[in-house]
Amino acid sequence: MATAPNNRFNQDERRRNADHVSFLKHKKFRWLWIAVLLCMASIAGYALIDQEPRPNGGSWYGYTLGTIGLMLIVWLSLLGIRKRKMTAGQWSLKAWTSAHVYLGLALIVVGTLHTGFQVGWNVHTLAYFLMLTVIISGIYGVIVYAALPSTLSSNRNELTRAQMLEALTALDRQLESAAQPLDRQQSDLVISALGQDVFYGGLFARLAGAYPRCATNRALKSLPETSGQTDDPEERVRALLTKRSDQLGQIRRHLRIRAMLEIWLFVHIPATIALLAALLAHVVSVFFYW
Amino acid sequence: MSDLYKVAIVGSGPAGLSAAGHAAAIGMSHVLIEKTDHLSDTIYKYQKGKHVMATPSNLVLRSDLDFDAGKRETILGVWDEQSAEQKINVEFDAEVNKVEGQKGDFTISLKNGKTIRAETIVLAIGTQGNPNMLRCPGSDHPMIQYQLDDPGEYYDEHITVIGSGDAGIENALGLAADDAQRNVVTILNRRDSFARAKAANVSLLEEAEKDGRISVRRETSPAGVKDGELVLETRDGEDTISCNRIIARTGSQPPRGFVESMGIEFSSEERSAFPKLTPAFETTAPGIHVIGALAGYPLIKHCMNQGYDVIEFLNGNSDLKPADEPILLEKFASLPGDHSVEHWLDVFGGNVSVLKGLSTLQLRELMLDSTVHAYDPGDAIFRRSDPGSSLFAIAEGSVAVEINPNDPSFTVPIEQGSIFGEVGLISGRRRGSTIRAAETVVAIELARNAALKLIATSPEAAEAVNRIAVERQLLQMFGSGLTPKDIAPLVEASEVIDVRAGKALITEGDDDQDVYIIRRGSMVVEKTIGDRQVFLSYLPAGSYVGEMAAIDGSSRTATVKAAIKSEAIRLPGEKFAALLDNNPALREKALKEMDGRRKTNAFIESRKDQFSGVVDLYSETAQFLVDEGLGEATDVLLIDEKLCVGCDNCEKACADAHEGLSRLDREAGRTYAHLHVPTSCRHCEHPHCMADCPPNAIKRGPDGEVVIDDTCIGCGNCQRNCPYGVIRMDPKPPKKPSLLKWLFFGSGPGPGEASYAWRKEHGDPEQPKQAIKCDMCSGIDGGPACVRACPTGAAIRVSPDKFLTFTKLTEEAE
Repeated sequence: MATAPNNRFNQDERRRNADHVSFLKHKKFRWLWIAVLLCMASIAGYALIDQEPRPNGGSWYGYTLGTIGLMLIVWLSLLGIRKRKMTAGQWSLKAWTSAHVYLGLALIVVGTLHTGFQVGWNVHTLAYFLMLTVIISGIYGVIVYAALPSTLSSNRNELTRAQMLEALTALDRQLESAAQPLDRQQSDLVISALGQDVFYGGLFARLAGAYPRCATNRALKSLPETSGQTDDPEERVRALLTKRSDQLGQIRRHLRIRAMLEIWLFVHIPATIALLAALLAHVVSVFFYW
Repeated sequence: MSDLYKVAIVGSGPAGLSAAGHAAAIGMSHVLIEKTDHLSDTIYKYQKGKHVMATPSNLVLRSDLDFDAGKRETILGVWDEQSAEQKINVEFDAEVNKVEGQKGDFTISLKNGKTIRAETIVLAIGTQGNPNMLRCPGSDHPMIQYQLDDPGEYYDEHITVIGSGDAGIENALGLAADDAQRNVVTILNRRDSFARAKAANVSLLEEAEKDGRISVRRETSPAGVKDGELVLETRDGEDTISCNRIIARTGSQPPRGFVESMGIEFSSEERSAFPKLTPAFETTAPGIHVIGALAGYPLIKHCMNQGYDVIEFLNGNSDLKPADEPILLEKFASLPGDHSVEHWLDVFGGNVSVLKGLSTLQLRELMLDSTVHAYDPGDAIFRRSDPGSSLFAIAEGSVAVEINPNDPSFTVPIEQGSIFGEVGLISGRRRGSTIRAAETVVAIELARNAALKLIATSPEAAEAVNRIAVERQLLQMFGSGLTPKDIAPLVEASEVIDVRAGKALITEGDDDQDVYIIRRGSMVVEKTIGDRQVFLSYLPAGSYVGEMAAIDGSSRTATVKAAIKSEAIRLPGEKFAALLDNNPALREKALKEMDGRRKTNAFIESRKDQFSGVVDLYSETAQFLVDEGLGEATDVLLIDEKLCVGCDNCEKACADAHEGLSRLDREAGRTYAHLHVPTSCRHCEHPHCMADCPPNAIKRGPDGEVVIDDTCIGCGNCQRNCPYGVIRMDPKPPKKPSLLKWLFFGSGPGPGEASYAWRKEHGDPEQPKQAIKCDMCSGIDGGPACVRACPTGAAIRVSPDKFLTFTKLTEEAE
């Protein structure tokens, strides 16, 4: 009998046979089921085990939930390392993301039960609320990851970011020579449109896609109504400005979607680091001062 | 009349220069004829500072001139110095016009009117050819040049570029790039469109035209060159423009015509063929020898060795062992019996049928690109599903083919002298069955390129490989139970046909009844449903089609079209039907398969009525993927843009899994229905990049991946040959600080490909540019990094036969 060939063939065949599914559906929702089981077990334990005088993080059951929660949080935060460390081996970041999402959601149940519904103005509650902040920002992340990619793809229309900017540069060159015959006031409008930073506008403009001071649109509005003659310099400038405005629109929509896909990370990651620090304080204080 | 030289060497490249060097060293009267005013024009034309490699590294250099890997300037400097020292007799600015006479007294007429007489001629003119001259009065005017080295060196000039190819457009764009040079640049095109050039170049040119930076004159050709003026022939009559410099880029004439005019025969009509040569490099025209690239040896070291050898031969040294002797000795060391190189060459040439037509020189060269193996009885030579496109020849012994994967005890023998592995060579696909040594076997494994070269140069070999391939393909298709005798009439009547991409092999509704086996390339099956062509299925090489009509005599139910350039074996329908009639078991099997196909077709047709949107999407997506090269792919990266968040982690992982350069461009490439084909290697069945690699550095690896190894000389041929633009030329970047150092201390550029500026600042400036491309993460456990590193599951790698199916193309990933 021929033995298995001594290469990666079987592994590669498995990959080529694999279903093409998102991280949410990964392995028929394997991690969702694990998370649900974890939550149900935690709730059942909470309801059935009679803690005296009342459920509390300091009881043995509270310690159990706390340990599970702590280990989960540390493991979940390692995703950032996993993502960047391209080591060999049979791992897939998709499986990690899938587990990250569902186990992260399960933390709401595990963490809340661990508090025993006791909150106050202390480092313990701080850790709890930081955890919720991380999870809520993460939920936003999952929603945009599910909803926005197809819009990003349609808007891109087979152009790369560099090509979008190149197209704009090409239009700018044409505008510059086309605007030569225009009068002073009109050329000033074109000059200000060309002079404006493509990326002008702050975070708000980027997220909202609103650029009220866009010099290109202003120039377009200020040019007189169309004369209908195609060889008219004004008409040529108007056509070019319209193209420029469309091109800017595409770039801005791209930036907007990318910003919406990334903005939550600016909460999620710092809050995770703060959470890890708060957890350290929480654990140390519990062991020293209880 | 000049003196009669013993040898005239035409061309002062590595081969010619080395020949002249050796002639000078042994005191042979010689002349080296060079058409330009400097030595070694091909290397002279390399860009400034280019690193020239010295491969193959195991080949000893045998020449009176030195050569080692290094910068273009250093190499040319050494050669100039040494040729002066050695008193090589060079005739510069001497282009050969005509050669007359015969061995012992040739007369070479030069374009400048001089004549040179010599007893023998060594042609070392390479394969570059001469640029096409302008065909108009004044075509010898000094303001015409055929090359543009540095567009930045011309100021305030009226420059006209003639030629509508990429070279012409790139030159024109370069000359007009900087306004400060104040050049007036015009480009002439004989036709009204730039159809021969790359789309990207054409759009840049059109943009430059719109901006008024370049004046583009279509349907215009030069009619006369005068001082400071160029007369143009336009659609509306003659026109004259001022002009200080003309850059003519109208292609070049390959040297074959010139060589043939001397009565030298080539091995075949193929464009890639080389002149027929004796072991002493003598052509079919006695007294004329051919060495170097023109003889089929593009590497500098080979060329220089041949220059030395040919002079030794001319000097009467007939015992000279070629410089490759130690390499062959090492190669054959593993064979049993401790025999000499000659012994094995005699055995190979005498026993193996496909090698019988070869000269010793050709056989030696073939062996350099081949491996020899000795097997004990029972050893597996290769296994079913192994990747492999090499051809094996049995020099001694015999082998057994396990044609039934479920029953290894059932085998078919292949005898001494025959070949195997030809299906893999022709189809580019994985091995179809396991082959074991039946007794002690000595076999030659010809690498794909060597085998293809053999087929191209030896008509006997081509014929033998073809006959065997057709017979084996038929046996494999029908499975066990048939002998070569049963199918002999079918083999006899079969015919191999080429099918161009997009051409129909079978047309729906036709009444012909032939059966076809696709042996190379791939096809798609389409059917007209309603008023549209619907994609039914994809057929890889090794499949057969058309048997339905042959069995039941019905008219064709679907159209079969080539997805890419393909080859099919045509079997006459009545002969096929007769074979089935004689073999009831076979008939049963064919009917069963036919039924399976009918069901698939019926399924898609039934879906068409209920869910026409889904079927349209399937059909159009499949068509899109075939257009994007999936038809010739073996493993290709796709990105589902319904899942891709644009994090570029695939690119970063790619760079980090290799030396720090990404081999894929996620954003670039086409998209249909949110399915994106990024710029990344498809690992073609017949890789275009392999076609012209001087050091043979591109190979198919153990997992089917197409890889470029370290012997790459950075010539860029593969980059130009790849139709998908997936090969980049870059020096190996320096090592980055570790991930943790970046994470905690911010040192280094972080994960992914470092910026060009960082690489330039920290890298070794001497590091040569080499070709890099996807190697499917060869040798890395876990497989391709791009797929493993995708956080959302958007990046998938697929093979066409598994992915171009209804279920896969219509599955909901979200």
